[in-house]
Amino acid sequence: MLKVEDLNVWFGDHHERVHAVRSASFTVGTGESFGLVGESGSGKSTILRAITGLFGSWSGLVEVAGQRVSGRHRSRAFHKAVQMVFQDPYASLHPRHSVDRVLSETLHLQGMDQIDARITRLLDSVGLGRGFRFRYPHQLSGGQRQRVAIARALAAEPRLLLLDEPTSALDVSVQAEILNLLSDLRKERGLTFVMVSHDLSVVAHMCDRLAVMRGGEVVEQMQAATLRSGDAQTGYARDLLAASSSYRRETTPDPAA
Amino acid sequence: MTDTLLSVSNLRVSFPTRSGVFEAVRGVSFDLGRERLGVVGESGSGKSMTGRAILGLVRPPGKVTAGRLELNGQSILNLPEKQMRAIRGSRISMVMQDPKFSLNPVMTVGQQIMESYRLHSGQSGRAAREKALGMLHAVQIRDPERVFDAYPHEVSGGMGQRIMIAMMLAPDPQILIADEPTSALDVSVRNEVLRIMDKLVSDRGMGLIFISHDLNLVAQFCDRVLIMYAGRVVEELAAKDLHNARHPYTRGLLESLPRLDHAVERLSVLERQDGWRDEIRPNGA
Repeated sequence: MLKVEDLNVWFGDHHERVHAVRSASFTVGTGESFGLVGESGSGKSTILRAITGLFGSWSGLVEVAGQRVSGRHRSRAFHKAVQMVFQDPYASLHPRHSVDRVLSETLHLQGMDQIDARITRLLDSVGLGRGFRFRYPHQLSGGQRQRVAIARALAAEPRLLLLDEPTSALDVSVQAEILNLLSDLRKERGLTFVMVSHDLSVVAHMCDRLAVMRGGEVVEQMQAATLRSGDAQTGYARDLLAASSSYRRETTPDPAA
Repeated sequence: MTDTLLSVSNLRVSFPTRSGVFEAVRGVSFDLGRERLGVVGESGSGKSMTGRAILGLVRPPGKVTAGRLELNGQSILNLPEKQMRAIRGSRISMVMQDPKFSLNPVMTVGQQIMESYRLHSGQSGRAAREKALGMLHAVQIRDPERVFDAYPHEVSGGMGQRIMIAMMLAPDPQILIADEPTSALDVSVRNEVLRIMDKLVSDRGMGLIFISHDLNLVAQFCDRVLIMYAGRVVEELAAKDLHNARHPYTRGLLESLPRLDHAVERLSVLERQDGWRDEIRPNGA
């Protein structure tokens, strides 16, 4: 479904050039769920943004469903096949557009017919009732907003969803609801996921395979099972796993306390 | 707990709204000693507001009332702003979640730390500079001289948060209220920041109120945990017993977390019960 080979992304020119991604390569099969993990600045979100054409300065090969993409331009067919869900549902929805407008505009841009019926179906499929249709973002909770963002992404009936930290702005109980929703949608629609997250347990739960990134490079690719067992090959991946799973006190607490 | 630094009883914070009075905190009581006290709950549970109320940072029309709000036996409830300012920073400080919004963007890091220190200690500029560099060193900033002259936008998020901690700790407060101090940070930096705070509690006998939504982290880092729901403390337990929590809300939160150690098909979803808002806590207080 997605093939990324020798991807380089940079910002700035000449001596100010920052290499955000360095020859990253991975492939994601149809129906697979692939995770990208790493610390901030490791380039994981940048990869998603380069795939969707949000950056022009990249080189390498990116193929979606066998179609090679280049530069910043993406065809209509690309946007139909690939959609993205962003981290912050507070920032990714227009504050003065109602849910109805967000969805109808998207559907219209995607050249869909029967917009009215589709909106109802979309809202149902993300677990929001019809009562939410004419609400504005400030009348929704964080979880509900993320559901709207997911509905917007689904409007194009994509095959590949790029998820950039879709639940890290949400409470854990709401995170559980959104992750369940995403799993259900993947099963129902046979979607392919590429999910960026700093939370390894979320990635282990959602993904079949993952890549660990550091400083713009893919350090290691592994199965989710490897992540769970902690048997990473490289030292960095092992350190990251250890740091994520626990905080250990170095000093023993004062017995008087 | 040998001595009580801060004693809070029946703390309430309310805001008038168009549809009536909204109570953000509804009768929170606890004592803080020289320990790490975790306060967990979801957004809107009133955990941050509790921290702000202690520091007198609730702006009108918000109203703070309490049966008792005492720092070392002295009431600090609704003190005049001038007196509060003498306490805030020097005796109780607060570290906020996002360093980007709490550092002054047009002042260098060093100037900001010096300012906060001089304000509370009355020391000379030279002593303040040394103190500031020392604090930057203490929070494990590798090149304190460079960071001293840097502006906040020139440092990373993790470094910004360490700078905030350095600034807050320069006047040697007895109590630090840390409101989600690590949720904007990467795990490796997170552990470093935690270790710094941890050391301050064990070495200097500081009291730490650690506000977080991360149950696992609080279980590992803190000594004692308060679980808040809808403005009230629904359960209080030793951090090491958190995973044996009894309250259905705490259990629900724990169970909704995806686990690294074993796979589950579906995550369990918290079923909220109306009774949680107003029930009487079984374990006293």
